[in-house]
Amino acid sequence: MRMLGRTAQNLFWLSRYVERAENMARLLEVGYRMSLTSRREGGASEHLVSMLKAAEMDEAFAERHEVADVDTVAHFMMFDPANPSSVYSCLLAARTNARSVRTAITTDMWESMNGAWLEFSQIKPRDVRGAKLLGLLQWVRQRSHEFRGALLGTILRDDGFAFLQAGNFVERADNTARILDMKYYVLLPRSSLVGGEIDIQQWTLILRAASAHRSYGHVYHDRYKAHNIADFLILRTEMPRSLVYCAHFVRDNLNLLARLYGRREACHEAMDDLLKLVEGTNMDQIFAHGLHEFLNDFIDGNNRVTDTLSASYNFY
Amino acid sequence: MGENTPFDEMYNADGSVREPYRALSEWLGEQPEKGLALMQVDAEAIFRKLGITFAVYGSEEGTEKVIPFDVIPRIIAANEWRKLSRGIEQRVKALNAFLYDIYHRQEILKAGRIPEKLILNNAAFCPQMMGLEPARGVYAHIIGVDIVRVGPDEFYVLEDNLRTPSGVSYMLEDREAMMMLAPDLFQRSKVAPVETYPENLRRTLESVAPAGAGRNPVIAVLTPGIYNSAYFEHSFLADQMGAQLCEGQDLFVDGGKVYMRTTTGPERVDVIYRRIDDDYLDPLTFRPDSMLGVPGIFDAYRAGNVTLVNAPGTGIADDKAVYTYVPEIIEFYLGEKALLNNVPTYNCTDVDQRAWVLENIGDLVVKEVHGSGGYGMMVGPTSTKAQHEEFKKKIIARPDNYIVQPTLALSTCPTHINNDVAPRHVDLRPYVLVGDEVRITPGGLTRVALKKGSLVVNSSQGGGTKDTWVLED
Repeated sequence: MRMLGRTAQNLFWLSRYVERAENMARLLEVGYRMSLTSRREGGASEHLVSMLKAAEMDEAFAERHEVADVDTVAHFMMFDPANPSSVYSCLLAARTNARSVRTAITTDMWESMNGAWLEFSQIKPRDVRGAKLLGLLQWVRQRSHEFRGALLGTILRDDGFAFLQAGNFVERADNTARILDMKYYVLLPRSSLVGGEIDIQQWTLILRAASAHRSYGHVYHDRYKAHNIADFLILRTEMPRSLVYCAHFVRDNLNLLARLYGRREACHEAMDDLLKLVEGTNMDQIFAHGLHEFLNDFIDGNNRVTDTLSASYNFY
Repeated sequence: MGENTPFDEMYNADGSVREPYRALSEWLGEQPEKGLALMQVDAEAIFRKLGITFAVYGSEEGTEKVIPFDVIPRIIAANEWRKLSRGIEQRVKALNAFLYDIYHRQEILKAGRIPEKLILNNAAFCPQMMGLEPARGVYAHIIGVDIVRVGPDEFYVLEDNLRTPSGVSYMLEDREAMMMLAPDLFQRSKVAPVETYPENLRRTLESVAPAGAGRNPVIAVLTPGIYNSAYFEHSFLADQMGAQLCEGQDLFVDGGKVYMRTTTGPERVDVIYRRIDDDYLDPLTFRPDSMLGVPGIFDAYRAGNVTLVNAPGTGIADDKAVYTYVPEIIEFYLGEKALLNNVPTYNCTDVDQRAWVLENIGDLVVKEVHGSGGYGMMVGPTSTKAQHEEFKKKIIARPDNYIVQPTLALSTCPTHINNDVAPRHVDLRPYVLVGDEVRITPGGLTRVALKKGSLVVNSSQGGGTKDTWVLED
């Protein structure tokens, strides 16, 4: 049976929203941890605001709150329905998409998604403070892993699978690129010469936000260095949140679509363009070109993949 | 009819067990203490797993209700069912013949057997259907007939649902759950299967594909979308039949043909099982403000390029005012006496009948002509004096807006109530498919009024459902 364009769209966004919920939880966790250990006056608020910036929520936040403290930021990122990227909004959107394509996903996937939403919607925001907040953030990540596990373990490797996987990794690439871009100045070559207390803290933040603070050591056997951190999150093919890894993953799934449907589309060309950015290059060249410019090019190229994918397969 | 004690489907008046319920009675006796209560807990877990928990979409945030399921099945003997299904088949054939006539030569009106005004001025009459030739001459393909039982051999049809009857997914899921809960009870009984319904539905839909469709017609289920309370059923049926589940936005009309938008371009659609009401089906023909339908789909239907199931305009045959004429309709088209009884219905526009109704309102049931779901009705014996007076005023103000019937003593079935077994009133909705042949699934949906003494079985009014067993010889 041929797939409706709307079904493909729902599958793509279902996965994107699950991934986004996970990333929001991870970002908030980093912001929260740093706010706990900041010794400077106003330092806690600064860390939280920089987290909001990385999530592109700082302006929307400022419209609704005057003070950025743990309570207001946590509520905004977790529970606020007015914030379209809050964990609440992401899980609701993911579940709504899942419900629309109930027959195109497996029972295990539906139960995982439906269960996550039903549990989350029972939580009263005012009960979530301190240790409970960290527990809940961990829960969000685990439910995302569970959904992905149900997906990998049960769904047919057909076009639906390809749309789900593409959505997941387009979102992840976007997230990693934005985290890097928000802190790109601490990664520039000159900073690595300094490497003071503040820098180490910023670097830790970047690595943690990508769940990469432990795996960094496994790959580099070295203390934190700006050059390595950028290399790890951009170019390392073994790092599952790096730009190059995500791009390869999306490419593989677009190729699966081309094979199944017997033709290549505009999205395959957009994908080739994106790959050109991250393949056959190294960090020295990227720094020479300008890290910020590179990241912006990547985010634009990644968006073009979504746009052309939507047009190629009749999303609407 | 309907005097004093209601008919108990399990026990005779002397307390002995009626034959069809013998195995069930033994089985109930063997259940350990708290057995039924534990089974009820298991049932809920099963329904969660099957997906019933998202059956009713309550609010935007997705709080969903579950229609209660009773773990004790309702049992119908083979000979009882034969009689019922013959009566149902007769009824759906006559009603389809009636629809063909009404949208063509209108012989029954010319013969004066039904007042012309009752049909032509009726909101359910669809003038756009005049002269249209539906595939195989069938208008109502999917029908739910609401039946109540008042005695060992006495069945009454309460209403015929010929528009978009719902609930069939409960019939299927109730059976699924019951087989998991009580396999031992199934082993002792010969229960006719219901799980053939999706395949029979598919065959019925294929059989009414337009002449131009290929050997494997493309079938779509058209749903208003995820916020519709029956969305679960729409997606369930599409899944079970292997059909595409579409919303209006997924379909478009080009050159008088209907297509769906797929990832690889347009694909022609031959048969549409639509779960959208007539009014919303096509903004170009019906309500222009409809966002749910497909512009131009009715013209494609008229041109014979697609089949709509059920046809628009079938409501004229299940209108509460037309209902009273069904025995007449059966006689006119089939030359037979109706096998199933209609409930006697009083006409309040008749002065004498109205006077009698107003005097005896405490014993009667009053229904709004266009009401459904148990709303806009009053059951005399269980209502207050104030409610009686309120409905008297309503009838006097608009006598044509109400039908009045005697209060039927609906039969009762044993029902699990707080780890005990107690009789509760039930009705029955068998599901009928009409295409190349008439296919009736043995059984149907039994709805049960869980409140003691209540006669209102609608889920919106605290009703539950039961698995319904038709025994084979």
